[in-house]
Amino acid sequence: MMPVGLAHYLVVSAVLFTLGLIGVLARRNLLLVYMSLELMLNAANLALAAFSRFNDQLDGQIMVFFIITVAAAEVAVGLALIVALCRQRRITRLDELTYLKL
Amino acid sequence: MTFALVILILFLPLLASAGILMFARNHPAASAKLSIGAVVISFLASVALFRSGLSAENLPAELAVRWLNVGDLDIAFGFRLDLLTLLMLVVVTGVASAIHLYSWGYLRGDRSIPRYFACLSFFMFSMLGIIMSNNFAQMFVFWELVGLSSYLLIGFWFERPSAADAAKKAFLTNRVGDFGFLMGILLLWSQLGSVHFGQIQTKLAENPQALGTLTTVVALLVFCGAVGKSAQFPLHVWLPDAMEGPTPVSALIHAATMVAAGVFMLCRVFFLLALPAQWPAWMGGLSWSALDVIAWVGGITALLAALMATQQNDIKRILAYSTLSQLGYMVMAVGLGGPSPAMYHLATHAFFKALLFLGAGSVIVALHHEQDIWNMGALAGRMKVTFWTFLLATLALCGVPPFSGFFSKDEILALAFTQNKPLFFLGLFVAFLTTFYMFRLVMVAFLGPAKKPSASHARESEPVMILPLIALGLPTVLAGFWGIDAVFGRGFHGSTEHAGTWWQQMIFPFHHAPVPALASLGAFAIGLASAWRLYRQAKTDPLSTALGAGSRLLQHRFYLDELYERGIALTQDALAGIADFTDRWIIAGLLVRGIHGTVELTGRILRLFQTGNVQTYAFWVLMGVSALLWWVLR
Repeated sequence: MMPVGLAHYLVVSAVLFTLGLIGVLARRNLLLVYMSLELMLNAANLALAAFSRFNDQLDGQIMVFFIITVAAAEVAVGLALIVALCRQRRITRLDELTYLKL
Repeated sequence: MTFALVILILFLPLLASAGILMFARNHPAASAKLSIGAVVISFLASVALFRSGLSAENLPAELAVRWLNVGDLDIAFGFRLDLLTLLMLVVVTGVASAIHLYSWGYLRGDRSIPRYFACLSFFMFSMLGIIMSNNFAQMFVFWELVGLSSYLLIGFWFERPSAADAAKKAFLTNRVGDFGFLMGILLLWSQLGSVHFGQIQTKLAENPQALGTLTTVVALLVFCGAVGKSAQFPLHVWLPDAMEGPTPVSALIHAATMVAAGVFMLCRVFFLLALPAQWPAWMGGLSWSALDVIAWVGGITALLAALMATQQNDIKRILAYSTLSQLGYMVMAVGLGGPSPAMYHLATHAFFKALLFLGAGSVIVALHHEQDIWNMGALAGRMKVTFWTFLLATLALCGVPPFSGFFSKDEILALAFTQNKPLFFLGLFVAFLTTFYMFRLVMVAFLGPAKKPSASHARESEPVMILPLIALGLPTVLAGFWGIDAVFGRGFHGSTEHAGTWWQQMIFPFHHAPVPALASLGAFAIGLASAWRLYRQAKTDPLSTALGAGSRLLQHRFYLDELYERGIALTQDALAGIADFTDRWIIAGLLVRGIHGTVELTGRILRLFQTGNVQTYAFWVLMGVSALLWWVLR
């Protein structure tokens, strides 16, 4: 059986990132886009942890902890915003949200 | 003592002018007294200065105070006293005194008398400034000031559009000449580093090549100033129109003094004009010297003006053309290398031409501002003093011995006889024309039958106007015997020749150069005979029907004014066309619309990216990051 190396982790990370990116660009549902965004974030986390593990340095993993913590806070804020949007403007689809254009 | 006199002469008229403007604006009598008093004291001071100067051995004297000092430029406010200055001072203040007095009678009842006298005194200040300046810069300042006072006085009756237009015309025409003058001064300064007459003269005497190939150009540019101020062809057009001013102004400014300033300036800088001809290389080795050009310009002016004068009907305009013609004589004399005859003629001309104008003014007042000579006639018996003084001045102008004009004109003709034969014959022909048009004027206005009832009710003018006529009649008759030419001879050539007795003076021209003297007498006789034959009993001008188109040509001054007007209009149109094109297509089109269009187009393109959809923005971010990565990792 082939040993699992750095490349494998990175490929998985890249696949996850691409899936997340496609989700962000292509999905219309606000919640799904948000989830895809988290997916991209965690793909990056995975790459960081893998690098940390294979380079025998703990910096990357510490970084990952930080990211997870911040991401948890960010999710709280993000979900709150989405809920507020749904309530105030009755919006659940991202393409209805064009207020950035004058 | 001398310094005090100089200051007195120069600044008294200025004080009078300022005093009138500040304190006597509503007091005609007070303003007249102030102005007349100032000029008379100036005259007395000038005479005193002249007498002390003649005995002094240390001429030219200079008095100067520091004025302008910037970098290399060092200009003093200074006075140069030499024989030229001293004599000119006496002539100008003397004629001006008579004319100031006369003005008081001529303008009686006018409501702007204080303004008139303020301007007149201001003119005196400026004119005396020109005469006494010891450097070009200071002279130019006063030069412009006489231009200004001339403008103010021509436009004295500014309610009349013709007077306002004439004032503008005079000012603008003078600007053209002054521009050349200023260029000349600047060139001189850049080449020699000085604008001081004495210093320039010394530098040029040490090294006549100091100006290099610019020599003749500088001389002609300086001459431009004289062309404007002394109304030489082709800038002569303003002088006849300047007759719109009050008659004493015409007498003082546009006959006796200001227009002579150009000739005076030429004599002052004669050392510059007399340098051998040197043109810039690209002019292709012209052989004409500055003096040649000056002589011919003067000659042509004299001829054209005399021709035009023969067919004018306005008494003042005839005199104006006559002035032009005589100024042409003076400039011609300068050009022929004779500043001394030029100044001599300037001095005598100042007397008799002022007298002629004052006589004309007396007639005009007597006929209630009638100026057409064909509405006059038979005035000789009614206005005796005016007629006789006018006749004396006419004889002097025509060059009849023993009147002053004969001697000065003869000197010019004698000079032309030895220097330049074509110009001598031209001068002789002008002398004939002078006699012809002047006696045409005298016969029609004073001798022939009265053409209008108003002419037969004319009365002699009041004493305040008659007195100046007599006062000016004196030098008109006698100035030939005073040895003015000897004074100028000493001033210009350093000759020690002194004036002889009056009889020696009298026969001098016939003794010295009999041919020109006799020829000019012959020209006078022919002119008198033809004027007598044509105009003794004439009620209308027989010549204008006989000459037909030629007469119209002369009456319309060779259509030069129309030509200039057309030329100026065409130039203006062309310039306006170019400006219009530039504005419409280059500034408004290319610059304004171009910038606006570019910005607008860019904006339109960039607007396409602004969808408001977050996912599109995310897509562009992706593209951007990809491009960046590709660029970094390539």
